[in-house]
Amino acid sequence: MAVLVIAEHEESVLAPSTLATVTAARAIDDAVDVLVAGDGCEAVVRQACAVEGVRRVRVADGGHLAHGLAENVATVVVGLAGDYAHVLAPASTFGKNLMPRVAALLDVQQISDVTAVESADTFVRPIYAGNALATVQSGDAVKVVTVRPTAFEKAAESGGAGEVEQVDAGSDSGLSRFVDQQLTSSDRPELTAAPIVVSGGRGLGSGENFRLLEELADVLGAAIGASRAAVDAGYVPNDYQVGQTGKVVAPDLYIAVGISGAIQHLAGMEGSKVIVAINKDEDAPIFEIADYGLVGDLFEVVPELTRKLGS
Amino acid sequence: MKVLVPVKRVIDYNVKVRVKSDGSGVETSNVKMSMNPFDEIAVEEAVRLRESGVAEEVIIVSLGVQQCQETIRTALAMGGDRGILVQSDGELQPLAVAKLLKELVEREGPELVILGKQAIDDDANQTGQMLAALLGWPQGTFASRLELAEGEARVTREVDGGLETVALRLPAVVTTDLRLNEPRYAKLPNIMKAKKKQLDVVSPEDLGVDVEPRLKTLKVSEPPKRSGGVRVGSVEELVEKLRNEAKVI
Ligand SMILES: Cc1cc2nc3c(=O)[nH]c(=O)nc-3n(C[C@H](O)[C@H](O)[C@H](O)COP(=O)(O)OP(=O)(O)OC[C@H]3O[C@@H](n4cnc5c(N)ncnc54)[C@H](O)[C@@H]3O)c2cc1C
Ligand SMILES: Nc1ncnc2c1ncn2[C@@H]1O[C@H](COP(=O)(O)O)[C@@H](O)[C@H]1O
Repeated sequence: MAVLVIAEHEESVLAPSTLATVTAARAIDDAVDVLVAGDGCEAVVRQACAVEGVRRVRVADGGHLAHGLAENVATVVVGLAGDYAHVLAPASTFGKNLMPRVAALLDVQQISDVTAVESADTFVRPIYAGNALATVQSGDAVKVVTVRPTAFEKAAESGGAGEVEQVDAGSDSGLSRFVDQQLTSSDRPELTAAPIVVSGGRGLGSGENFRLLEELADVLGAAIGASRAAVDAGYVPNDYQVGQTGKVVAPDLYIAVGISGAIQHLAGMEGSKVIVAINKDEDAPIFEIADYGLVGDLFEVVPELTRKLGS
Repeated sequence: MKVLVPVKRVIDYNVKVRVKSDGSGVETSNVKMSMNPFDEIAVEEAVRLRESGVAEEVIIVSLGVQQCQETIRTALAMGGDRGILVQSDGELQPLAVAKLLKELVEREGPELVILGKQAIDDDANQTGQMLAALLGWPQGTFASRLELAEGEARVTREVDGGLETVALRLPAVVTTDLRLNEPRYAKLPNIMKAKKKQLDVVSPEDLGVDVEPRLKTLKVSEPPKRSGGVRVGSVEELVEKLRNEAKVI
């Protein structure tokens, strides 16, 4: 039976996390449909149709589906679930918010944050902040799964020829209402999709000092991340946080600056291809997992690194 | 109004968790157990609501083995009014927990349930959303701010793009993110007082819920180890290695 992927999107753009979820879906079955639920999302529908391997794009359009309100979107997903053996969404804040609601309405035990598909009913997922990997088998009729986007390649954005089908958008539950949002805008690549990430911790000492990392990120074309300590101290906004309870990133290069390497931080970046650590404490645990560790004062090392890379 | 706060007993976040060599799970004997950190934040938020006069009673619930009573006592020492243990020795998966909580909500009649966003053992991030679904209530997940006014809960949520605020019609479910508040430490007199607070024990059968696990854990293994630990002596050497050895820049 087919797989339904719930598209994550912003306004008019399909999120890269959806592409990774399509890849996970194709590891389960060749018949992959995508649900685009939202308010006026023609552009997203077009993008979804073009994704390689997508058979059909089902569209639920309505004002009450704006901003991905879980109460309203879950009803649409539940209405379609009978056609599928699997319903997948990215394990982003969008999918994490929505999917357990879907699962409970279907009386299904969700499988969260899957990093590998073993078979149609068996999946691998990290537990204990990634200190262990559990292989779990589901006996439920429909498998409701969230997918860790960094664990799967992104499906190609072209080559697909999905058909479009309008589906019942349901109505407003009246339970919840979107009020407003403060999204962090940046010209940099998106943190979870960037090939290079420069992350700062408490060692930076202040929000102003993050300028040093911005200069480094500028020469590398990198995204900027942070430890929880740096976010809690107010140096940078919450959406910079990498870790067990923040974002999971897996770039080609991760540069950790003034970050000690707590297990909760490692959970969010240990999948990076190459890890560089810059820390003045030679015993900092981050060095145990770093491919290249440089012991030194970040206030000297980072500007020098920026200069050398820029030249 | 009443506020219900589920608190989970988990391996302390400072413990380096070890996978058992037979692949059956992780080592839990002789390991320090604590309240799930997100649940401490949930308790703190509920107690503040009572202290500010918005809530009149904070009911603490834990589900699991008998020792969860200690976790409940900790929450009572932080200011919870009374506790309920749903005692069960078997594994309780989030769907089962949500079903048990639904029964308790129907018995106790809270207008607000505050849970942690995620238990740091199973890292599931499901229970609050599931409970909201089963009750037909709205949900405010990953909250970094909560305000109650005029029959609504305004929840500022930590989302991938930044922050988002939603208004929920009460009754509602809220799950906490780390920056919602800073939980207090229980003071000794409060720890003593907590020992005398009411703590009822019920079973899943009493609540009429089938808690049979739906997911079978076939194996638990260690993640692949990174072979790190290499030091470079200078910025120059680092740049050289990144260019010519790792070839990532
Ligand atoms: C439930 C829970 C969830 C959590 N989730 C996350 C999460 O998602 N992400 C996360 O990051 N954390 C998380 N944490 C917090 C985590 O445990 C650590 O507290 C946090 O990661 C520490 O951040 P840090 O490394 O920046 O700060 P610290 O541990 O204080 O380290 C600062 C480092 O900077 C170095 N330093 C200082 N000055 C300089 C200098 N001039 N030059 C070079 N180096 C310098 C120091 O040597 C030190 O190693 C969580 C904790 C809990 C309990
Ligand atoms: N056994 C349990 N006892 C009490 N609360 C629980 C239990 N399991 C989950 N919860 C609550 O649900 C939240 C999310 O857990 P989870 O969905 O397992 O990540 C936790 O932070 C707790 O508030």
